[in-house]
Amino acid sequence: MTIIACVFFALGVLFNVMGNIGVLLFPDIYTRLQASSTCSTTSVLSIFIGCMFLAGWSPMTGRLLVITLFFFVTNPISTHIIAGCAWQSGMVPWRRPPQSH
Amino acid sequence: MVVILQYLTYFLILSSVVSAIRVFIGPSVADRLTGLNMAGAQILALLVVISIANNRSIYLDVALVYDIFGFVGILAITRYFTRRSNTHEEDA
Repeated sequence: MTIIACVFFALGVLFNVMGNIGVLLFPDIYTRLQASSTCSTTSVLSIFIGCMFLAGWSPMTGRLLVITLFFFVTNPISTHIIAGCAWQSGMVPWRRPPQSH
Repeated sequence: MVVILQYLTYFLILSSVVSAIRVFIGPSVADRLTGLNMAGAQILALLVVISIANNRSIYLDVALVYDIFGFVGILAITRYFTRRSNTHEEDA
């Protein structure tokens, strides 16, 4: 159980670092939203699954399941709403600048 | 196992600070909201890890309420800003 939980924690840390690098380095709001949504959702879900393996069969696992389901529904919805806000306020998507040579 | 949970707590605090950088340097409102959403997710994971490490289930209720209010807050902020841009378009 502990080894499976450690594997899920390592996955969560990996996705977390990748998402933070993507949010800091990407050039546009839409690409940043993509990095933020996918990496944040997968990293937090991996950490939750590892915590479920640690908690065992107990009432804490039920509460963790409720939190996981709610987070799995609401985080993509909030990302979608932020993207709609950015699109309606007139932001143009990033294009690769033309090559000079 | 307690040591691993402790280091995971430190890592989550550090990563929530790193994703809050986007809130400060973001050029537009949507960038700041992206950073806020990501920092909120890290803090939610931090609350759950603290709850498992201390074996207290009260932090799980705190985490659930934190998630609900973070979602409602982002909904309210985006609704405010999109409505303002819509009225400007109708004026023009």
